[in-house]
Amino acid sequence: MSFSLARFRAVLVKEFIQMRRDRITFAMMIGVPIMQLLLFGYAINSDPRHLPTLVEMADDGPASRAILMGMQTSGYFEVEGVVTSAEEGDRALRDGTASFVVVIPPDFERDVVRGHSPDILLAADASDPAAAAGAMGAISGIVSTAISETLTGALSYAASSPPPFGVVVHRQFNPEGETSTNIVPGLLAIILSMTMTMITAVAIVRETERGTMETLISTPVRPAEVMLGKILPYVIVGYVQTGVFLAAAQILFAVPFLGSPLAFFVGFNLFIIVNLALGFMISTIARNQMQAMQVSFFTLLPSILLSGFMFPFAGMPGWAQAIGSVIPATHFLRLVRKVMLKGAEMADIATDLWRIGIIMAVIVVIALRRYRQTLD
Amino acid sequence: MSEHAISVRGLTKSFSGRKVVDNLEMVVPKGSIYGFLGPNGSGKTTTIRMMCGLLTPDAGEGDCLGFDILRQSGQIKENVGYMTQKFSLYEDLTIRENLDFVARMYRVRNRTARVDRALDELGLADRAKQLAGTLSGGWKQRLALAACMIHEPAVLLLDEPTAGVDPKARRDFWDEIRRLAAKGVTVLVSTHYMDEAVQCDYIAYIAYGKKLIDGLAREIPSKVGLSTWLVEGPDIAALEATLRKDPGVGQVARFGTVLHVSGIDKEALAKVAERETAKKTHDWTRKEAGLEEAFIYLMAHSEDNFGNGGQAQ
Repeated sequence: MSFSLARFRAVLVKEFIQMRRDRITFAMMIGVPIMQLLLFGYAINSDPRHLPTLVEMADDGPASRAILMGMQTSGYFEVEGVVTSAEEGDRALRDGTASFVVVIPPDFERDVVRGHSPDILLAADASDPAAAAGAMGAISGIVSTAISETLTGALSYAASSPPPFGVVVHRQFNPEGETSTNIVPGLLAIILSMTMTMITAVAIVRETERGTMETLISTPVRPAEVMLGKILPYVIVGYVQTGVFLAAAQILFAVPFLGSPLAFFVGFNLFIIVNLALGFMISTIARNQMQAMQVSFFTLLPSILLSGFMFPFAGMPGWAQAIGSVIPATHFLRLVRKVMLKGAEMADIATDLWRIGIIMAVIVVIALRRYRQTLD
Repeated sequence: MSEHAISVRGLTKSFSGRKVVDNLEMVVPKGSIYGFLGPNGSGKTTTIRMMCGLLTPDAGEGDCLGFDILRQSGQIKENVGYMTQKFSLYEDLTIRENLDFVARMYRVRNRTARVDRALDELGLADRAKQLAGTLSGGWKQRLALAACMIHEPAVLLLDEPTAGVDPKARRDFWDEIRRLAAKGVTVLVSTHYMDEAVQCDYIAYIAYGKKLIDGLAREIPSKVGLSTWLVEGPDIAALEATLRKDPGVGQVARFGTVLHVSGIDKEALAKVAERETAKKTHDWTRKEAGLEEAFIYLMAHSEDNFGNGGQAQ
């Protein structure tokens, strides 16, 4: 029984032929590493810059303007506008339009000059501790540089006399800066994306692969009956998963649930449906269960990396944010974090809901156009 | 033949540019056992799928039980039982669960009683709780037949139901088919076993998507127009080899120690017989051409068609 090169070659050639015939598997073998390379290499940035910042400016003297200028040039803050009240600032932080709100108190400059050491308030959305950390660390330095550059000449004594002002940082929504507080709610998006999509894709492809689809469609059964009958069990699985998740979040990780249960309920139902629709769409593309698994995994990767689950969304370059925006998990992740950590109500998650809705409509249209009631 | 269960005309279907079924016309009389014969890949499965609405024909028209095959596939499905070539029930469900599922699909009345009766009739009652995937080929086929009969359809479409099944199970299966036909069920059955063709009332033979011949089973041999001689004697293999080369002989088929020598050209074959009889080594007897010779001839004929680019006449 010697090693036969000819037989070895035969097996080798056969494997290459089969590899080439299975187009989807081949595409995944090439596509997944390239995607990982691009995402990890270019898209992911654990020290995010240009975080959206709003300013509540009760004093617009040269010092205040210099401070804003300094924040802008530091690269951490992207000053996007002005708010006129504390409520407005709070709302922006809660619905995620701003990561920071800077409050410069009335008569700030005068108080600095008089040596009253006034406080600048930096309210930060600390629900993602990693995203906010860099900027919060940099703020004191930025402000003091700006002050010392402004207070020159006769006023320079005020700049040098320690300390001319204070910076108070309010870490909102996650005051202890616990990573789990941010990761755990996001995990629901990933758990549901993974299981719902994969299970549905595989369940439908299994019928085709085993040939049972032929018997099924030779009966008078209607497509809607098949779809609903196949999808409903998995909706229940999704409910169970969500229940387990909520219990674990509370008991094991002490993650708060501050917002409206209704908003949460509406959100996760919509998200379950969008994932089932995605799974259904995958099942119209994949020809066997193996391919269905692979394509599901391919869609999961950006859900983890580009959605803001592991790395701050605001830290990614524009193109990566654009891709992230068409992933349902991105919006659901924001929705869950808002509801659980920031106490969001229905009104605060409306944007996320309609964005998931649009994505769902597109997926459903593609899936139904590809679904065949015959064997054609 | 005004009373037909299925009637199709001009049925055509192509897959990726290849015509699988080409301008097919077929009439299946009510209550008959209609044999649908042809070599592998001749378009039998595609034709059956078009008849019950699983495939949309590219061209052609027809009706099944008075319902239009293009527009009323819903009604056709309600009244037709279709048994697929490959076992296509759920292997991870038990026999009873499978039958119950199919019965629900057709909204069968008194479902439990109907399923019980189906289990009894097919002798599956004591195996009701066995997983379908663990059944042998013959039992799977019985289960599949029970499943497509569960809603008591008027028409049965059976796609190579006996492929890969042992002879005893095949015989039992055909007993069952004849029993159903006697009750008035129309059975369209595709096969490539000739001994099964003999069991049919009517036969259509297709090759490469085109129908070569159809009609009453007993009239098929005369329609083909073969004349046949039986040849017996010593060293039959050598004779077989010689006769195959003889231009006057159309075909030679060997059945054990007997040769069936046939040809379309009656005169030429008679001359060969005369010449060979003169040698007095073998016994030559004229015989009525049977279905078997006819089909061997048709099959050889259709292979020729393939060589000529699929041109059938």
